Amino acid sequence: MPSEFTSTLNSSTLEAGQTQLKIDGLQLNFGGVAALYNISLEVKQSEILAIIGPNGAGKTSLLNCISGLYHPQRGKITYFNSSEHEMTHMKPHQIAQLGVARSFQNIELFRHMTVLDNLLSGCHIHMKTDLFSSMLYWGKAQREHIQFRRFVEDIIDLLEIEAIRYQTVGSLSYGLQKRVEMGRALAMRPSLLLLDEPMAGMNSEEKEDMARFVLDINEEHGVTIVLIEHDMGVVMDISDRIAVLNFGQKIGEGTPDEVRRNPVVIEAYLGEEHSPYPLRSKL
Amino acid sequence: MISGIFHSTYEQDMALRHTHAQKIRLAILIVFLLVFPFLANRYYLTLANQIGIAVIGAIGLNILVGYTGQISLGQGGFMAVGAYTAGILTARMGMPWWASTLVACFVTAGVGAAFGLPSLRLKGLYLAIATLAAQEIILWVVTHWKAVTGGVDALVVPNPELFGIRMNTDFNFYWLVWALVILVTFASVNLFRTRFGRAFIAIRDQDIAASVMGVDLFKYKLLAFAISSFWVGLAGALTAHYRSIVTWERFTIDVSVLYLAMIIIGGLGKITGSYLGAIFMTLLPAVLSNLGRVVKGVFPGVEGIIPFIQQATFGLVIILFLILEPEGLNKIWKNIKDYFRLWPFSY
Repeated sequence: MPSEFTSTLNSSTLEAGQTQLKIDGLQLNFGGVAALYNISLEVKQSEILAIIGPNGAGKTSLLNCISGLYHPQRGKITYFNSSEHEMTHMKPHQIAQLGVARSFQNIELFRHMTVLDNLLSGCHIHMKTDLFSSMLYWGKAQREHIQFRRFVEDIIDLLEIEAIRYQTVGSLSYGLQKRVEMGRALAMRPSLLLLDEPMAGMNSEEKEDMARFVLDINEEHGVTIVLIEHDMGVVMDISDRIAVLNFGQKIGEGTPDEVRRNPVVIEAYLGEEHSPYPLRSKL
Repeated sequence: MISGIFHSTYEQDMALRHTHAQKIRLAILIVFLLVFPFLANRYYLTLANQIGIAVIGAIGLNILVGYTGQISLGQGGFMAVGAYTAGILTARMGMPWWASTLVACFVTAGVGAAFGLPSLRLKGLYLAIATLAAQEIILWVVTHWKAVTGGVDALVVPNPELFGIRMNTDFNFYWLVWALVILVTFASVNLFRTRFGRAFIAIRDQDIAASVMGVDLFKYKLLAFAISSFWVGLAGALTAHYRSIVTWERFTIDVSVLYLAMIIIGGLGKITGSYLGAIFMTLLPAVLSNLGRVVKGVFPGVEGIIPFIQQATFGLVIILFLILEPEGLNKIWKNIKDYFRLWPFSY
């Protein structure tokens, strides 16, 4: 087990470029409001896909559908990892077991645990010890626990959080908490990592660090990443492809360059690059 | 003075006790527990046995309320399930006391899990009301199902014996109950070093995040109810065998509130807190009544109102704790340790 862990954080069995996640005609309603309308999207193995769009466009709703927190009224979400899994109606913990990990827009760490315990709780799906051995904490249970402790140290090393290992998460700064939350998702050894605004509310130095970690995870470990982000500089720099949402609909998709030039996207979200008052031109 | 704790292996890093001071404190505690029964008179032994039972019950409740965040007002009811199951099996069917105790634990775990079913939909105060219903339903069944429980009449349980030795004398029971306390502590502490305990805390702190990490909320909430009730059932069964008499009055809503007060005053989500709370809440009434006896000699008129003063003091202490040290006795104990670790320097 330990050698398998240290080699990679990625548990996907697909080759780079193969379709990993397929979203087909997704529709999500809250009462009479369509939060998502006919969204179709494909995510390929080992790419970084960014989802952008104005506030309320349905970006987080889309992630929530993927991780099973919302269940769409129409459409299909299919996940490929050694075999095909239709996960439209799966429960969150079942989807987690397929290797889909995520972080949240508002930090949802386990506040009273230490950083270490938060990371270890990310290993939950890989731990096998039964209840009785856990209570004995002897032999196999202890060995398993120590293996995971060692594995988690790799994530601590990767995210450069050695100094705060034993600290309670609630006492950490916002930027560090965001980092720990990404670490907890990584501890799941994800095949697909969903990051909901990993850089929101950070200063430029913290953003650079975070962007570097995202690239490390993607390039060194080959983890597929879907991220929501508002900082266009970061998005254009690090993503391979971008999908643009507006009012629950997908209005554009493509490489950063294609999206930058897409007139519909400029109209809805990016604004004119050279106009000092993008709103005034519309009046 | 120590400058820091440095580990060179992961085994050391995951150990429960790191410093000499911690190990020495544990050793002192064990020696004290071993020597105590030979020095104490019957009164203190009775108190020690009561504390032992309370510690087991408080650890059980703390697993559910303190660690998993599922507020329960059903403690008294679950203890009743344990006590009556053990009592009935031994008194009516002649099962040995240890076997009936074990069965009682499993039965209580099952009943606890069944009453935990609403926890998937209900949180916080709403769940508290649902567990209050459990308390009332269980007591209603106990007092009305005459054929089995004997209704409101006391159920007399034969004296427990082991190899011809009577176990419920204060001295003998002391060894039994404190051995079980140590067993329960050992199992519970270990539980929270592994994925089960961590899943419980995760549910308490952030249940949505927990489910996204792969924790099956329904399964783990029920498991928390079951494990918690298992210990609570043990506390109930021990009460039955220790007292030799089981009556419904011992398991009213007051008991539920008393145990909640124990873990709040002791420290929520801390095993040590369960100990401190159980000791405090068992000794407080004893100290107050002794105090009353002393005061009675000085102020003769005060005798009639002493029970009320006791009740009021009880309430006052709880309120003061909630205001002054919401994290409970466990935090005070931690502050003391921190102070002496750096002594004589202030930081």
